Amino acid sequence: MTMQARLKADPASANDHAARIEAGLGQAARFVRMHSIASIYHAGSGHPGGALSSADLFACLYGAEMNVSPRGVDDPRRDRFVLSKGHAAPALYAVGAYYGFCDAKDALRLRKLNSPFQGHPHVLDLPWVETSTGSLGQGISVAIGMAIGLRIQKNPARVYTMLGDGELQEGQVWEAAMAAAHHGLGALTAVIDYNKLQSDNSNDAIMRLEPLADKWRAFGWDVQEIDGHDIAAILAALRHAGTTPQPSVIIAHTVKGKGVPYMENIPLWHGSVKFTPQQAQEALDALGASEAEKKDFLDV
Amino acid sequence: MSDATATATAPALIAANGDSLREAFGKALSALADEFPKLVVLDADIAGGTGVHHFRKSHPDRFVQFGIAEQNMMSAAGGMAAVGLVPVVTTFAVFCLRAIEQARLSLGYARRNAKIVASHPGLDVGPDGGSAQALEDLAAFRAIPGMTVISPADATEMALATRAILEFDGPVYMRTGRSPSVRIFGDDHTFTIGKGQVIREGDDLTLIACGTQVARALAAADLLAADGISARVVNMATIKPIDAGLVEKCARETGAIVTAEDHNIHGGLGGAVSEALAATHPCPVEFVGVKDVFGASGEPEELAHHYGIAAPHIAAAARRALARKRTRA
Repeated sequence: MTMQARLKADPASANDHAARIEAGLGQAARFVRMHSIASIYHAGSGHPGGALSSADLFACLYGAEMNVSPRGVDDPRRDRFVLSKGHAAPALYAVGAYYGFCDAKDALRLRKLNSPFQGHPHVLDLPWVETSTGSLGQGISVAIGMAIGLRIQKNPARVYTMLGDGELQEGQVWEAAMAAAHHGLGALTAVIDYNKLQSDNSNDAIMRLEPLADKWRAFGWDVQEIDGHDIAAILAALRHAGTTPQPSVIIAHTVKGKGVPYMENIPLWHGSVKFTPQQAQEALDALGASEAEKKDFLDV
Repeated sequence: MSDATATATAPALIAANGDSLREAFGKALSALADEFPKLVVLDADIAGGTGVHHFRKSHPDRFVQFGIAEQNMMSAAGGMAAVGLVPVVTTFAVFCLRAIEQARLSLGYARRNAKIVASHPGLDVGPDGGSAQALEDLAAFRAIPGMTVISPADATEMALATRAILEFDGPVYMRTGRSPSVRIFGDDHTFTIGKGQVIREGDDLTLIACGTQVARALAAADLLAADGISARVVNMATIKPIDAGLVEKCARETGAIVTAEDHNIHGGLGGAVSEALAATHPCPVEFVGVKDVFGASGEPEELAHHYGIAAPHIAAAARRALARKRTRA
């Protein structure tokens, strides 16, 4: 049963229920952040900034919004998720581990030879990641193909994709934006992890994106702007996105490196980053990790 | 992946004599649509040019318009394949090159059962000129791991190959052609992915050709016969995986080889044949193709003569190969 269905079934306890669910998703997001830091630490490289900025979005998608489950990875009716910003793979693996799509210890073997947890998601290694990404701009197009293909087959499943902000500089994204609106893909929800920073500097310094909401509106999308770290706001936005006849984009304003003060809003932590043991410890401390959690994540 | 050597059974002959390869492809696709219910066709505003206007008319519910945006189309094909359809991406060969990184990641790397069918390859494009004449596509797509690369020779073979790629499970790049084609094969022709065919026997050397160059290779064999040279002709419709066994057999039996393709001499059929020979039975090889330059406007036959890929050029290359073979002996 989806969260919405549960709320509908028992309106009296809806507020309590919602608070419990939000607290649970907050815990999932905290796990995603800690696991991402740990896997990138063990790998000796990776992209922590965007993994931390997108953690709350991942938690809401996998923990509440999407009709997906580890037992249903072959179910044709499952919702599809495409990580267009493939470099946030550590966060995807972490949320997958939290919700049982993969083993949490295995997923710490990030970027290692013979590990299925490559630097960017690969569907032949991990079927539950749905497709291979890592070249910016392509994921949203793959998601569009899925949405059109599902509609041709009269399959009501929804399709979700997450994009980075720097990724929006790829021309292909705007080809895709035009096509999704033209084809009336109401089943498609795109979430933009808008942390304002990209590899080398701020979006504004590299290639300006604003006015971003106006751009998507002009392309014919339903547009919502939210605080991408506010669980209730994320859930509400995802819920609304499921009701629009046209494709929906959620511009989630986020903080790169969210949760780890020495990383927040510093482009250096986009990637590819090598954590020292002290930095990894400090990051987990900032996220409120217990000694047992630190041991689990770092002493592997 | 299914058996790469699965032989296509002959469909009703759809192609008319003289049909261009793109028309033959478009008609075949439309005729096969009911038999392949998962087939969907993707177009980037050139259905009339690629031949899929037939499919658009016969099966509009499975025809998806992407506008002039090939990168999005190529990746979207990956999404359609991911949900169980068999997408056929259609555009001109140069625009396949534009979207080759999308073909690499969203189709090749993800090993999707998607087909890329490219019209307007090579000098065969004619008057549109050098910008439109893809002379690099066979090399580029051949370098994508797991990508099958096919270039049928006539309208009959195109109809058979269209069925074969739909029966085959895996990513495929296939060339059609713009200009009216010469009918080479009869109704008894067969097509098997990964298999070349000896279509004219000969002992002195072997001409190995693909696509529109097969007809020119046969014409070259006639020119050589007039001089008492017995040239074997092989139709090598699958460039990848190359029929290494047949290449080796021809090298052993005839001792010299000429490759002929409407493509840059680097990296296409000549490259594939040479790689196979180097690993098996090296022998003198001459390459007929466009010599690492871009094309230009002109009629296809004029261009073939201008750039040195016409029948007399194949015959001349054969004489050079034969001379090298005799020097070695």
